[in-house]
Order: sequence, then C-alpha cells, then structure tokens
Amino acid sequence: MSSARLRTAWPGLAAAAAAAAWMVPYAWMVSTAFKTLPEIVAHPAAPFPERLDLGAYREVFAAMPVARYLAVTVGMAGTIAASQIALALPAGYALAKLRFVGARFAFGTVLACLLVPAQATFVPVFLMFAKARMVDTMAALVLPFASSAFGTFLVRQALVSVPDEIIEAARMDGASEWTIVYRILGPMLRPTLVSLFLVSFVFHYNDYFWPLVMTTGDRVRTLPLGVALLREQGTGVRWHIVMAGNVVLSAPVIALFAVAQRHLLRAVRA
Amino acid sequence: MTPRSTWHPWAMLAPTLALLVVFFLVPIGVAAFESVFAWDLLTPPRFVGAANYAAIAAHGQLLRTALRTLEYSVFVVAGTMSLGLGLALLVNRPGRFFAFVRASVFSAYVVSWVAVALLWMGLLERGGRSLLGDPRWALPALAFVGVWKLTGYAMIVFLAGLQGVPRSLLEAAALDGAGAWGRLRHVTLPLLAPTAAFVATTTLVTSFQAFDVVRIMTQGGPARATELFVYAIYEQIFLDLSVGRASALTVVFFGMLLALSALQLRAWGVRAGVRAGVKAGAGR
Repeated sequence: MSSARLRTAWPGLAAAAAAAAWMVPYAWMVSTAFKTLPEIVAHPAAPFPERLDLGAYREVFAAMPVARYLAVTVGMAGTIAASQIALALPAGYALAKLRFVGARFAFGTVLACLLVPAQATFVPVFLMFAKARMVDTMAALVLPFASSAFGTFLVRQALVSVPDEIIEAARMDGASEWTIVYRILGPMLRPTLVSLFLVSFVFHYNDYFWPLVMTTGDRVRTLPLGVALLREQGTGVRWHIVMAGNVVLSAPVIALFAVAQRHLLRAVRA
Repeated sequence: MTPRSTWHPWAMLAPTLALLVVFFLVPIGVAAFESVFAWDLLTPPRFVGAANYAAIAAHGQLLRTALRTLEYSVFVVAGTMSLGLGLALLVNRPGRFFAFVRASVFSAYVVSWVAVALLWMGLLERGGRSLLGDPRWALPALAFVGVWKLTGYAMIVFLAGLQGVPRSLLEAAALDGAGAWGRLRHVTLPLLAPTAAFVATTTLVTSFQAFDVVRIMTQGGPARATELFVYAIYEQIFLDLSVGRASALTVVFFGMLLALSALQLRAWGVRAGVRAGVKAGAGR
C-alpha cells in the first residue's frame, strides 16, 4: 500500500480494529456456546466449534427455568419503567407548571435523591423489608424503584419548555388536571418518555445488584442472577454452558438495542 | 400557573415524594442510626457508640478499601476517557461502516454487567489459570473489564460534544493555516473540555459504586486484592451478619460519594454554562 493510500485508509483500518475489539469477544461467546465439553477440554482456544451443537443450550434450559426467570425479569423491569413514567408525569407537571408553597422544597427533595444510589441504601432497605417480611418478594424488587428521581427531573425539565397557553386552553375547554397530564402533556413528551422507558427497562432487566441482595431463594429470581449461578454451580471448565446462558441473557437487550438504538442513544446524550 | 385547587400539587407529588423519601432519604438516616449499634440480626441490638467505626478502620482496613476503590475508579476513568475520545474522533464520519463501529462499541454498554463479567472471566482463563487469580493483576483486570464496558458510553457523549463544535470555527482555523492537528488541539479539544469533565465525573461516580464485576469475577479475592467498597459492605451484612459495621461502612461510603458528586455537580454546571455560551455565540 502506498503512503498516500495508507493516509486515506487509516481511519477505516483503525475503526475496523476497534469494532473487532468489541465484536471478537461476542463472537467467542457465541462460538463457545456451540461447543461440547470434550471440545473445550481438547482445544480451549479453537475459534470455531466443530459443529453447531445445541447441547449447551439444552443444559441451560435443564439447569434453570429460563421462561419463568425471563418472565420475572421482564415483568419487574416493565413494571418499574411504566410506574416511573406514570408517577413522573404528574410530579413533573406540578414542579414545572404549578405555583404553590413548598415547591422549592419538593424539587429540592427530588434533586437530593439524585445523589443517593441504591448501593448506599441497600443495607437499611434490606432491614426494612426483613422487618416487614417482604424479602424475596416482587414488591421488594419493584417498590424501591417505582419512582425515579432522575425520571421526575427529566420530565420536569421537558415540561418547563411547554407553553402555559396549551394548559390554559385545555382548562378553558373543561379538561380535568388528570386529562391534561396524561392525555395532553403525556403524548407531547413522547420522545422523552420512550427514551426514559427504554433506559429504565434495560437497566433493571440487566440489574444484578438489587435482585441479588433482596432475594434469598428461587421465588422471584431474575435471569441475570440465574445466569451468574450457572457459573457458581459449574465445576471447572464448563464455559460452553455459561456462554449459552450469556447468549440467552443478552439476546433480548441486543435485539431491543438494534430496534430502538435511536431512543437509547438520545437518552445517553441528554 | 395557579393550581386549580391548593391540594392538587401535593396530590400529584405525593406518590413520588413518598417513595423517594422512604427508599432513598430515610435509609441514609437508618444507616447512621444502626451504625452505633452492634447487631447480628439474631440477638437484640446493643448500643456501642463509635465502636463499629473503630472496628472497620482497624489495621488500616477502611483506608485500604477506599484507596483500592479509588484506584479502580481512576483506572476506569482514565481508560474510558482516552479510548472514548479517541474513538469518537475516529468514528465521527458518515457512512454505514462507521455507524456499525459506533454500534459495536456502544453495545457493551447496553448488555448486562453479568454477561460482560462472565464473558471476560472465560476469556481471561486459560487452562484453569487466570489473571484474576494473581493478586497483582486481579484489580487491573477488573478495571480493564470496566473500561471495555463503559468506553461506548464515553464515545457517545463525546460524539454529542463534537456536534457542538461550530463548523465555522474549524473553517476559520483552517483558513488561518491550522492543520488537522492544530485544529484538534486549539479548537476541538478546548471546546470538548466541559464534555470531558462530564464524562470523567459520571464515570468516576459509577465506578466508585462497582459491585457486579467483583461479586461475579473475584469475590473480593485473591487476598482481598479486589475488595471494593460496595462489596465490603455486602460482605459485612450478608457474610458476617454484622449490621452495625455494614451500616458504618455505608455511612462512610455515602460521605465519599457525596464528595465525588460535588465534583460532578460543578462539572455539570460548567457544561451547561459553556453549552449556553456556544449557542449564544453561534446565534450571533
């Protein structure tokens, strides 16, 4: 390659190397999941499986109730994301549009909660749930995140730029506050709310920390916990099973990312 | 606007405020309260004053945990920032190929820490041996995994920052004879400074709370080499059943996090200010 061609080609080459640094590990994960135990023991570094063997996936489905874990995880993440939006809309409306005594205090409370992560609250919250005999329940997984300080803040910021006239006109037409919040302002904020829903859903679908500390058994176990357990139960080099579990865990979010990339990226850029 | 009824604002805020106060503000108070009792979850709690704090600080334990967590965080921040900025400059080009590269790098940010941690555990292990078993390399290995996971996030934020660099400034610099390197150094990078501060502080706060990689990849070992702050709290309450010490650690952890968040808030203020400035400048 001549130096002139190299000069125009280098961004493409460097970018290809970067893509490889992220894609090759995924490829290894998918490839390993198709291998068999004897293969892994004999040729641990072989890039491709000898044939597409589904034994590892069969073992994953035998080792844990994948459908139930997935249902619990999607149910939990979906409930949290929906609840955060349902509660952030009226709260954001009150903070952005209504004048009342204590508004600054209420907004300050929301902002203060932005500084408190779940990692700083899990010990006392676990004690509270233990006292109420709520450890290992769906409520312990959902309730602490049913409202989001970040979501409330985001909705409030978005509503500030909505003109008052729209709300006044709706009031003149006899719309109730309920209708104004959910039927008029909600649809106006659709892009923000879609991003908020997706980010929250993906975060809680992926979450390992909170379900780990708030559950003691199998009753409301989520998929990330189940997949992590595949490794803990595993003796020695059963990486094909762990990677098959990894594919099962990651495939839904990767698919969601492929479909809704635009919305997820908008939320990160905000 | 005037509410239609004086109780309307509070009715609208009640569920949000109640949940936030109960699950985020009250727990901090509960942690502070429990931190002065000795309690094993079985026998009744006993008031012990500052004994829990003395116990967690004994033999430099607490200091080492804090420094180890900062070491991990600084490594992750430095790696994420430099790779994220480099990649953003590299892939800030039109075309489907570069879109694919952007999506590849960012995808790691979207999948679960569990998947990423298990994936790299497998990749780092060869013949039953792993870097994770070496006390010197275990923490850098975890930090490397953190960088791999978070670089996509930094890249996307830097790309957004690059959109805010006015084309007219770059063209003016080119007319003044600045080459590609000169434009990068004297125009692009200074304008990206607030974005960089934003990425640095968010990544710093995120890394300081790291838990999943530790729990899954090393359980704090070998020889405590990877015992980060949140994992230390987890061990105190769930392995040692020591509510008092876990609470004392939580209080210290939250204090340090507040200090880091103060940095974060300052950086955000700077970012908003510069954004407004650039907009005003571009509008003239």
